[in-house]
Amino acid sequence: MATEAAHGPLRCLLDGSLSAFDSDVRRRPYHRNCGCALHRAGACSNVLPCSSSHISYPIHRSWSPLSISASDPAASSPCVAIRLAGDPGIVGLMSKQMKEQLEREEKNKYSIIIPTYNERLNIALVIYLIFKHLRDVDFEVIVVDDGSPDGTQDIVRQLQHVYGEDRILLRARPKKLGLGTAYYHGLKHASGNFVIIMDADLSHHPKYIPSFIRKQLETGASIVTGTRYVSGGGVHGWNLMRKLTSRGANVLAHTLLWPGVSDLTGSFRLYRKSVLEDVITSCVSKGYVFQMEMIVRASRKGYHIEEVPISFVDRVYGSSKLGGSEIMEYLKGLIYLLFTT
Amino acid sequence: MKHILKILTLLLAFSVIWIILLETSVIPRTYTWLLPVYLIVSLGCYGLLMVGVGLMLFPTCPQDAVLLQKDIIEAKEFLKDKGVDVGSDRERTLL
Repeated sequence: MATEAAHGPLRCLLDGSLSAFDSDVRRRPYHRNCGCALHRAGACSNVLPCSSSHISYPIHRSWSPLSISASDPAASSPCVAIRLAGDPGIVGLMSKQMKEQLEREEKNKYSIIIPTYNERLNIALVIYLIFKHLRDVDFEVIVVDDGSPDGTQDIVRQLQHVYGEDRILLRARPKKLGLGTAYYHGLKHASGNFVIIMDADLSHHPKYIPSFIRKQLETGASIVTGTRYVSGGGVHGWNLMRKLTSRGANVLAHTLLWPGVSDLTGSFRLYRKSVLEDVITSCVSKGYVFQMEMIVRASRKGYHIEEVPISFVDRVYGSSKLGGSEIMEYLKGLIYLLFTT
Repeated sequence: MKHILKILTLLLAFSVIWIILLETSVIPRTYTWLLPVYLIVSLGCYGLLMVGVGLMLFPTCPQDAVLLQKDIIEAKEFLKDKGVDVGSDRERTLL
């Protein structure tokens, strides 16, 4: 068969590195009399090395090799490309990247949910920065506003005129109803297959969103969470007391819960939409504990979680958000999670 | 399995080892009696050490704060040009 003949040398070309290695080993004397897989075909060294002694290894791939028949004459040249995607080696790696690129461009859509309350100026800045840093990605911004009296919604409407009403969705609620339900509310209107949640107060910079997306594409993770506590990340604008409480809370949570994630209370995360839907329905906590509950429950359910470093710039200087009552809430949440997860 | 059960199992394992040590008297009983105390003390030390180390190596990012200020100025200029109302009293309290 003509196509089969064409397939042979092609295979040879693709597996060039493997075959070279193969014949190299065959020349080695200490490898002569062994019964290993490389030498069971040793007798046929006069035949083309790549056609006869091709050894197939089970190669772990996250996608299944495409198996379009090579005998279709009309589709000969795309067919070669498709076969490349299924073959190992550098070419395979390259096409994996190409495939991911393709996947990223064609399929994935990211819904960025931003809950707001009195973030009139910040929401405008955040949305500008999102559009600046996500140029070649399909995304939508969902602003869930809890009836801010400062006119946040007016600003969002003005932004809709600038960027388009299909890119910025305003899904307001009549009054302050809490963070957890805000995400749930936004999620109902999300049309993407991935959901990114972030704060509107500019402590989360949109410039990190591409690294979330890249990490997800590289690892196929269900959740990518931003962490402040590794090198490359960091916090700005915290005094010693704030740092101490944060470290104490973190060590306590790690000792008791073993979550496998370094930053439990961070709220800059990327979720696969189905995963977020699954996790969010089983979460009941509020505030800081809500973020912790989400990630701990996801970790217990066995979802693949990856981390990327982010920097956290606290611009509200002076007013520490962790007072005595917050610490009590946190401890209660910790015990609650200890018994329910 | 609930996480609390895992921790309880761990504690149970420790106490079983402890009781065996007490019963068999491999090491003198007076030492064995003190083992749980040592365990608690070392756990406390571990906690303090982790907090201390974490505090010393706390990653900070002053350069990001500067970059953010630049981004804010840039964003404001752009949005003003587009006719979005970005001037407010709140901004003065934040910046």
